[in-house]
Amino acid sequence: MKTLTSINPVFVIVVVMVGAIPLLLSGTEINPVLLIASLMVAATPLLIAAIGELVVEKAGVLNLGVEGMMIVGAIAGFAISVETGSALVGALAAIVAGALLSLLFAFLTQFALANQVASGLALTLFGLGLSALMGQSYVGIRPPAMAKLDLPVISDLPVVGPILFSHDPILYVGIGLCAAVWGLLKFSRAGLVLRAVGENHDAAHALGYHVIRVRVLAIMFGGACAGLGGAYISLIRVPQWTEGMTAGIGWIALALVVFASWKPWRVLLGAYLFGGINVLQLNLQAAGIAIPVEYLAMSPYLITILVLVIMSADKSGAPASLGRSFHASQ
Amino acid sequence: MKFTKLLATAAVAMGLATTAMADKTKVGFVYVGPVGDGGWTYEHDQGRKAVVEAFGDDVETVYVESVPEGPDAERVMTQMALDGADLIFTTSFGYMDQTINVAKKFPDVKFEHATGYKTAPNVSVYSARFYEGRAVQGHIAGKMTKSNIIGYIASFPIPEVIRGINSAYIHAKKVNPDVEFKIVWAYTWFDPAKEADAAKALIEQGADVILQHTDSTAPQAAAQAAGNVVTFGQASDMSEYAPFPRVSSIIDNWGPYYVARTKAVMDGTWESVSTWDGIGAGMVGIGEISDAVPADVKAEAEALRDALADGTYHAFTGPLNKADGSAWLAEGETADDGTLAGMNFYVEGINAEIPN
Repeated sequence: MKTLTSINPVFVIVVVMVGAIPLLLSGTEINPVLLIASLMVAATPLLIAAIGELVVEKAGVLNLGVEGMMIVGAIAGFAISVETGSALVGALAAIVAGALLSLLFAFLTQFALANQVASGLALTLFGLGLSALMGQSYVGIRPPAMAKLDLPVISDLPVVGPILFSHDPILYVGIGLCAAVWGLLKFSRAGLVLRAVGENHDAAHALGYHVIRVRVLAIMFGGACAGLGGAYISLIRVPQWTEGMTAGIGWIALALVVFASWKPWRVLLGAYLFGGINVLQLNLQAAGIAIPVEYLAMSPYLITILVLVIMSADKSGAPASLGRSFHASQ
Repeated sequence: MKFTKLLATAAVAMGLATTAMADKTKVGFVYVGPVGDGGWTYEHDQGRKAVVEAFGDDVETVYVESVPEGPDAERVMTQMALDGADLIFTTSFGYMDQTINVAKKFPDVKFEHATGYKTAPNVSVYSARFYEGRAVQGHIAGKMTKSNIIGYIASFPIPEVIRGINSAYIHAKKVNPDVEFKIVWAYTWFDPAKEADAAKALIEQGADVILQHTDSTAPQAAAQAAGNVVTFGQASDMSEYAPFPRVSSIIDNWGPYYVARTKAVMDGTWESVSTWDGIGAGMVGIGEISDAVPADVKAEAEALRDALADGTYHAFTGPLNKADGSAWLAEGETADDGTLAGMNFYVEGINAEIPN
C-alpha cells in the first residue's frame, strides 16, 4: 500500500506527459521516433555522470568536482581517440582520466581531511583549466566515429529499431550502469557496506569495515563515470572539442542526484526527463508550436524538478554521513 | 612579528612595483565564453592580441573568460578597475547594466561596452553591423536551400539577434520566394551540446541550411554529420569546416578598433563615442565563399557584399512591412539607425513570435 501511494502521483504525471506528446506533435513535422532516439543521446552524459556521483554520495562523500572531471574526460577521450583512431579506446582513456583526477580529490579529502566542498570546487576549476591546456591543439578536429549497434533485421525494424537497437554502445553502458548500481546497492553485500559507510561511518568502522578504502573506491568510480559522461559529449553528442564544452552538465548531474533522492532509477528518469524535454522543446520551437518560447526554454528544469520533488515526498533523505570527514581516531 | 614584517616588506615592494608599472596602460577584457570557443570570444581575444602586438611593452592586458552575464560580471569589472585597469572592454550585450554601474564607481577608468546602447561620460559603446553580413548569408542560403527550409539557431531575443534574423530572411526571400525560416531560441551564447541539439532538431525537421547566432562550432559538426546541410561560420571564420558544410562566414574584426581606443587612452584623447561599423570599415568581414557554392551565386553574393561596403545598398531597404502587416519602409526608403538599434519586430513573412 505504501509503495502504491508513493508511486501514484508519478505514474499520473508520466501518463499525462506521454499522452501529451503525441497531441503536441500532431500536425507538426516532428518525427516522434527520431525525437525519442535523440533524447536518449541527449540524456546519456547526464545519466552516466549522475550515476557515478550517486555512488560517491551513497558512500558519504560530496564531490562537487563532477564538472571538472567531465571536461577532463571529454578532452582526454577526444585526444586519445584522435591519436589512436578508435573512439572506444578514447572512451576507455576518458574513464581512466576521470578516475585519476578524482584520486586527487580522494587524497585531499580522505587522507589530508580537507573540506569536501572546497576540494570539489577546486577540482572543477582545476579540471576546466587543465582541459583547456590539454585541448589547445585539438580544436577543429573531427574525432573518429563510434560504430553504432547494427543488428541484422532488428535494427531495421520500424519504430523500435531506431529507438532501441541502433545507438552507440556507450548509451547502453549508461543504462546498464544504472541497473548494475541499483542491483549492487540493493542486493549485494558490497552495496550494504557502501551504504553503511555512507550512513554512519563510525559504526561501519567499529564493525571492521575500511571506511577510507570504500570511499576512495567510490570516488574513483564517480570519477570514471564523470569522465565517460564527458567523453560522450565530445565524441558522440557534439562531436568535437571546444573549451568549456560541458557547459554546466556536471552541476545539473549533482542537482539531479539530490532531486532523485539518491535512487538510481529516479536518476535515470530524471536524466531522460531533462534530456528529453530539452530536445522536445527545441523541436517544438522549430516546429513553430504556439507555446511561448520562454516557457519552453525553462520547461526542462521546471518539469524535472517538479516530478522528482513530488516523487521524493516519501521522505527518503540524504546519506547521514554525507560530506563529513572520517578519521579512525575520532 | 616576523610575519608582519614580511607582509610590510611585501606591501612596500608591491607599492614600488605599482609605481614602476604606472607608465604602462592596463587594458582589461571581460569575455562571455572561453577564448577557445572558436567564435565570438575567440575573435575578441584576437583583438586583444592585436593591442599587445601594436604597443608591446607599453601596454599590459588582462582578461577574464567565461564570465556569466549578471552580478558576477560586476564583480569581475570592479576587480579589474581596482587592479589599476585604465580601459576595460566588456564584450557581451548582457554586461550592459553592470558596465554602467561599475563605470559610475570608477569615473577615471574608461569602459567600452560591445553591442549595447547605454553610454556614460566614461562609457563608449561599439558594435559591428553584423546584419550586413547576414544579408550576404541570406542571399547564399536562399540560393542553396533545396527543401526551402532554413534553420536559425538564435541566442537571446535582443535587437542584435532580431536584426540578423530579419536581414537574413529579407535577402533569402528576395532570391527564393518559397523560403521558410524555422527559428530556435537556445537561450545561451555558448553551450555546444545544446547548440548541437538545436541544429539536429532543425535538420530533422527538414532544414538544409543552418544559420547560427551562438558562439561555438557545434552546429557545424552536426551539419557535417548530417552530410547535406549548409552552414556559415559565425563571428569567426570556422574554416576548419570549409569548404562544406561551412560555405562562408561572418568574421568579427575587433583588432583595429581596440588598438585605436587603447591609443586614445594613452594619448589622453579618449572620449565617449558610439561606434557602429560594418563591412565598409572592415569591422565585419565576409569569410571566403567556398567552391561548394555555384560560381554565379558566389559572384552575386560578392557583388552584394561590395554594394553594402561602399554604401550604395542598405540591407534594410523598402518596401518592407512588419510581421503584423503594418507598413515600415516605403519603396526605396532605408532604415534609420535608431530603429535598427532597438529592433523588436520581425519583418513580414517570418511566421513566428519573438519571445519577451
